[in-house]
Amino acid sequence: MSEKFKISNLDLYYGDFHALKDINMSIHANEITAFIGPSGCGKSTFLKSLNRMNDLVEGCKITGNVLLDGEDIYKGMDVNLLRKRVGMVFQKPNPFPMSIYDNIAYGPRTHGIRSKAKLDEIVEKSLRDAAIWDEVKDRLKKSALGMSGGQQQRLCIARALAVEPEVILMDEPTSALDPISTSKIEDLVIELKKQYTIVMVTHNMQQAVRVSDKTVFFLLGEVIEAGETEKLFSIPQDKRTEDYITGRFG
Amino acid sequence: MEKNITPINQLSWKDRLKSYKKHPGSFILLLLVGASAVITVTVLVYLVGYILIHGVPYLRPSLFSLTYNSDNVSMMPAIINTITMVLLALLFSVPFGIGAAIYLVEYAKKGNKLVELVRITAETLTGIPSIIYGLFGMLFFVTALHWGYSMLAGAATLAIMVLPVIMRTTEEALLCVPDMYREGSFGLGAGKLRTIFKIVLPTAIPGILSGIILAIGRIVGETAALIYTAGTVAEAAGVMDSGRTLAIHMYSLSREGLHTNEAYATAVVLLIVVLLINGLSSLIARKLEAATK
Repeated sequence: MSEKFKISNLDLYYGDFHALKDINMSIHANEITAFIGPSGCGKSTFLKSLNRMNDLVEGCKITGNVLLDGEDIYKGMDVNLLRKRVGMVFQKPNPFPMSIYDNIAYGPRTHGIRSKAKLDEIVEKSLRDAAIWDEVKDRLKKSALGMSGGQQQRLCIARALAVEPEVILMDEPTSALDPISTSKIEDLVIELKKQYTIVMVTHNMQQAVRVSDKTVFFLLGEVIEAGETEKLFSIPQDKRTEDYITGRFG
Repeated sequence: MEKNITPINQLSWKDRLKSYKKHPGSFILLLLVGASAVITVTVLVYLVGYILIHGVPYLRPSLFSLTYNSDNVSMMPAIINTITMVLLALLFSVPFGIGAAIYLVEYAKKGNKLVELVRITAETLTGIPSIIYGLFGMLFFVTALHWGYSMLAGAATLAIMVLPVIMRTTEEALLCVPDMYREGSFGLGAGKLRTIFKIVLPTAIPGILSGIILAIGRIVGETAALIYTAGTVAEAAGVMDSGRTLAIHMYSLSREGLHTNEAYATAVVLLIVVLLINGLSSLIARKLEAATK
């Protein structure tokens, strides 16, 4: 498996607060990497530094190197192009207040695609890939806000797919959803890893076990343990990992 | 069947009276708030009714002749001037108001001193009596810039007056747009400009419109700021000519004392115009909202 992201010596500060401490990690292509850990451990913050969403946060300082295919994303890379390559799905479904079609077409239009035929094609393909085409194909012109939460989240995944990213970051994508929608999204994520590299923050350890290939355990801004999901959950190397995954804290 | 039902979750009149006996304070409060509601509505209804009764009988076709003379005291030129005035004043104030609001919400850093300053200034400006704007307009636009009594000077004065209204409402509307929309847009690789124009502004449009409506209301009803800037000539005016709006027309008629009835008729028209503007704009806002939902 090739290395997609290589992160070395990454430190992140919110003002005076040292939120991430000396993170070193490799994320491999066509795998699902899950970040687990208790609230406030820095897993979401770290996820957001992979497509520079932290740039929007005032007082956030980052040092270290984040290489995407060997290229440092914090040195001279166009942020908009980076975010096209590294898409994101958020914790709460956040479709734009416009039609389903326009939601999907927003990304491609942003990156200069104007042809109606081409857009139609992208919209259909993205919705199919996100396993929601059959549910929405008859109401593409209807508002996206009329959909259920689970549908909205799959729409957001489709929206992310529409700009043909290489990596998809998911920040607790199922935490606001019911169990049936959750399992649909989990199936979808497993399907998507054939084409994409997926990094997923989750609060739900069973979810990490069900879907991920690699798991990284964060605690108080540090990576405590990282490795094959199966191994990390069956024979954790660190006492703190064991305590967390057996539910002794968190 | 309905009659026989005694729901256990609702008090009957008797029970209610009984409970008020126990809590006389809450009965008094009920009377007070009820009376306030009745008084508020009565005053409004009386006022509108008074104007209608005194004005409607005098609405004659000659009041709407294209040109004004001292016999027909036509309000048509004033209606045309009102429209011109609204358009001109909005032309100056809307771009600046919305632009300033976009800067404050989307660009300025949080806790920026300038933001606080602009906000306080705007709030102060909303509280200044309009005659002071009129005085400033006279000294600056009419005299210093040599625009003379003109629609342009009046519109510029009114634009300054409604600028803070538009800015503040737009600011509120932009702040109400959830950050997750912005994040979603940035996350797809859209830049700031595209995010603002394609996502944030369209979402905020109903709120922005309500600010513009408020501004139109103030422009249409304004007299004090216009008397010394746009003047009181009763002809349909060009941009650089002096002309009176409906409100000033009404003011002049009643001040001269010769055409009080016509002044009431004008008030009826002014009332209808304001109602129309409100109705139309809330219709637009609803249409826009329906389009996005």
